Amino acid sequence: MINWPNFVSQLFNGLALGALLALISSGLTIIYGTLGVLNLAHGAMFMIGGYAGYLTYSYTESFVLAVIAGSLFVMLLGIAMERIIIRHFYHRPHEDQLLVTFGLGICFVEIVRLAFGSQSQIVPPPAMLQGITSLGFLLYPTYRLAVVGIVAVALGGLFLVLYRTRLGMIVRAGIEDSVMVDSLGINVYRVFMIVFGIGAMAAGFAGIVNAPVVSLTPGIGDDILVQTFVVVVIGGVGSFPGAILGGLIAGEIISITSMFNPGYAYVMLFVAMTLVLVLRPHGLLGTQGRE
Amino acid sequence: MLKQRRYLIEILTAAALIAAPFVLPLLGFAPNTVNRILVWGLFGLGFDILFGFTGLLSFGQSAFYGTGGFVAAYLLTRAGFPNVILALIIGMIAAAATGYLIGLIALRRTGIYFAMITVAIAEVFYFVEFNPLSDFTGGENGLPGVPTPSLNLGFTTLHFTTGWSLYQFIAFCYFLGVVIALRIVRSPVGAIFSAIRDNPLRATAVGHNIHGYKLTAFVIAAAYAGFAGGLLGVLQAFMPPDAFMFDTSGQLVMQTAIGGRGTLFGPLVGAAVWLSLQDFLQAALGLGAAWKLVLGIVFVLLVCFLRRGIIGGIVDLYSFLTGQRRAGKPVESEPQSDAAPASEIAAAPMPAPHRPDDRPSGPILQAKGLTKRYGGLLANSDIDFTVNHGELRGIIGPNGAGKSTFFKMLTCEVHPTSGSITFEGRDITGMNVTDVCQLGLTKSYQVNQLFAGLTVRENLVIAALSGLRGKFKLDLFRSIDSIPGLAERVEHTLALVNLTRRTDTPVAELAYGEKRRLEIGLALATSPSLLLLDEPLAGMSPRERVETVKLLKSISRGRTMIIIDHDMDALFELAERVTVLQEGRVLVEGTPEEIKNNSTVQEAYLGGVHGVLAA
Repeated sequence: MINWPNFVSQLFNGLALGALLALISSGLTIIYGTLGVLNLAHGAMFMIGGYAGYLTYSYTESFVLAVIAGSLFVMLLGIAMERIIIRHFYHRPHEDQLLVTFGLGICFVEIVRLAFGSQSQIVPPPAMLQGITSLGFLLYPTYRLAVVGIVAVALGGLFLVLYRTRLGMIVRAGIEDSVMVDSLGINVYRVFMIVFGIGAMAAGFAGIVNAPVVSLTPGIGDDILVQTFVVVVIGGVGSFPGAILGGLIAGEIISITSMFNPGYAYVMLFVAMTLVLVLRPHGLLGTQGRE
Repeated sequence: MLKQRRYLIEILTAAALIAAPFVLPLLGFAPNTVNRILVWGLFGLGFDILFGFTGLLSFGQSAFYGTGGFVAAYLLTRAGFPNVILALIIGMIAAAATGYLIGLIALRRTGIYFAMITVAIAEVFYFVEFNPLSDFTGGENGLPGVPTPSLNLGFTTLHFTTGWSLYQFIAFCYFLGVVIALRIVRSPVGAIFSAIRDNPLRATAVGHNIHGYKLTAFVIAAAYAGFAGGLLGVLQAFMPPDAFMFDTSGQLVMQTAIGGRGTLFGPLVGAAVWLSLQDFLQAALGLGAAWKLVLGIVFVLLVCFLRRGIIGGIVDLYSFLTGQRRAGKPVESEPQSDAAPASEIAAAPMPAPHRPDDRPSGPILQAKGLTKRYGGLLANSDIDFTVNHGELRGIIGPNGAGKSTFFKMLTCEVHPTSGSITFEGRDITGMNVTDVCQLGLTKSYQVNQLFAGLTVRENLVIAALSGLRGKFKLDLFRSIDSIPGLAERVEHTLALVNLTRRTDTPVAELAYGEKRRLEIGLALATSPSLLLLDEPLAGMSPRERVETVKLLKSISRGRTMIIIDHDMDALFELAERVTVLQEGRVLVEGTPEEIKNNSTVQEAYLGGVHGVLAA
């Protein structure tokens, strides 16, 4: 019945997707945790990362440059977005924050659609990661294996920033109590700007790293955003480890379900989310009262 | 805005809908566009009740729009069901039932969690429609051949076919939708919806089961969505699969925000702007695909600068131009209302006690061994506490003595780690705030917890409703004015807290002292038999304190009260007995005189400088 090599290869797919979701969700969750703003344009950040990388690649033919340029561009975009618009919304109701980021997301998607058209664009993987690697019992695309490694490194970097630097300590303190951090004489608004930039960059980086796996379309971020939400609900809002755990769970659920029937992937994801909501309403690794 | 004259809005809506086929063609509107606007408007009526009135922003309405639409279309095209109107109603019921089930899950959380869950739900429905259920829904082909309705009146049969003929049917549905939505908004349930939007915590604390009401709003929105979805199929003679798309939900949200949330007509206005801009940008300006970007930018600008959308902007502009500020000038009348002698209030008759047949004697509230631990911190430790019927008890204690935690446990906002609480002979340990309030125990908060977007009267109505209606009741179509005893209770409370002259003032325009009195009024309006007051005098000027002490005295007649405050002079004047808490324990309990002269109390407060307090 079950074809084992196929199953294992789906497990790997799930791991690659899960790692990407973990990275994107970490970005979303640290922004929410620190700033209290749920960025509905986060999916668009992912998409723009891909396109910025694509543009760089088409001029330089260098994948490494594409990754760097893509991530940096999205980080700057995030910072600009925070400076110009988001910061006026910190003291407005959550609904307004949702509305404005939702609107911004649509604007970003439409701008890209105007610039690049609706047809899909392809970024090839770097030469040394092309082809197929034999894992003994299974042949697997090299680049997808590499994605897991690249994203793991990025997550490690994010971990170091969050848990081993002064900024990270402020961010984590801000997640617990931003008013208190503010009153300790730390310029919270500057930290907010940086966090928004880093969070957006996580999505942008994932966007360009993911680009060789699937082709780019302007709507690519929409699905990712939904999956990210499920990840965050499962893992617990504001929790970095929760985003990683949730990402891996969601990635595997999608891949394994797709092996049987892709149509049910979302249903299973939803079932998992519902189970978590019923059994642990604050997410697997979330804490109470962070809402 | 919604209650100037009875049926005024209904009549204006009917007139506008009748005039539309004569006026709109002159403005260049095609009948099909008008029909689409009405379908969006009807869809939005329910959504506005959910988002604008109840404050729940859902991005998943496409799930119910699609469900209602496809159930109706399936019945009409595949199942050979003959009656279009009945099919639409069945579709609506199916959507409402789906909404109930989904609501049970989505409403487990609030705020952004709720928004995220609804997004996920919308996506699941989209995929289910396309894949597992594609045999029923036609997958990406949708369901073609949806018939148009006809109405057999006995002597003649009306056929609604296309264009303005179909308009008559859709306009009638929209009108019915408006009438029902207005009834709901003006009902007690509607009032509680706004309370949930403004302050869910307080809505719970004054005794409403807000989870039930949120679910109600969710189901109402789903029902409207389902019916509108069915109409979409009828309108297009085809049920399109993109009804289920996330974009549908997004467009609804944007149209509602553009038109103005909390206005019922906002979604209609938003849809009109959206669809006509789309036509204009695409056709007249030849912008092609860029129209959506323009609309996106318009939307972002509106959210940034015109929070209440187009309708809200027009209302504000109108008030600005006519120079008529809402409900009178705030500051000028203030000294008068403050100067009103408290003796007048004292003369006012007391409301009937919670249970008049009770012959109050003996303890009304008993706490035994009450302990609350937060991790390593022991906030309250082994507190034994008894208050008798009719007593006025004061609680004092230095900051951090655990007074507020103690109150939170008594009102069941916080559950004790160990110990038990008995209220009127009933064990209430582990109950929730709402039930406890329904039993007659409530609290006024240390930090004001008001319904900030509503007027003074509306605030008190919400609190009074819980006593008169219980914690959950679905009187969706009942006028709020027809509830016996409500007006009296509100008037009485207004007089009691001396806010009669500020009845129709929005809370945001009240002075601090007035807000403080309203805070007490909210607790009073639930008609409690035991009232807890957490620092009622906090932050008041000396003069306000004097007034409030008088107020508290008058309230205390025929009522049992427990007051926490730092103002010891005031408390010693008011209370018959005083309990002193220190470091989470009862330090001593006695008459004010005993407390004043107690050396351990002086020690606790003054660090051993004996006699200063008494002097």
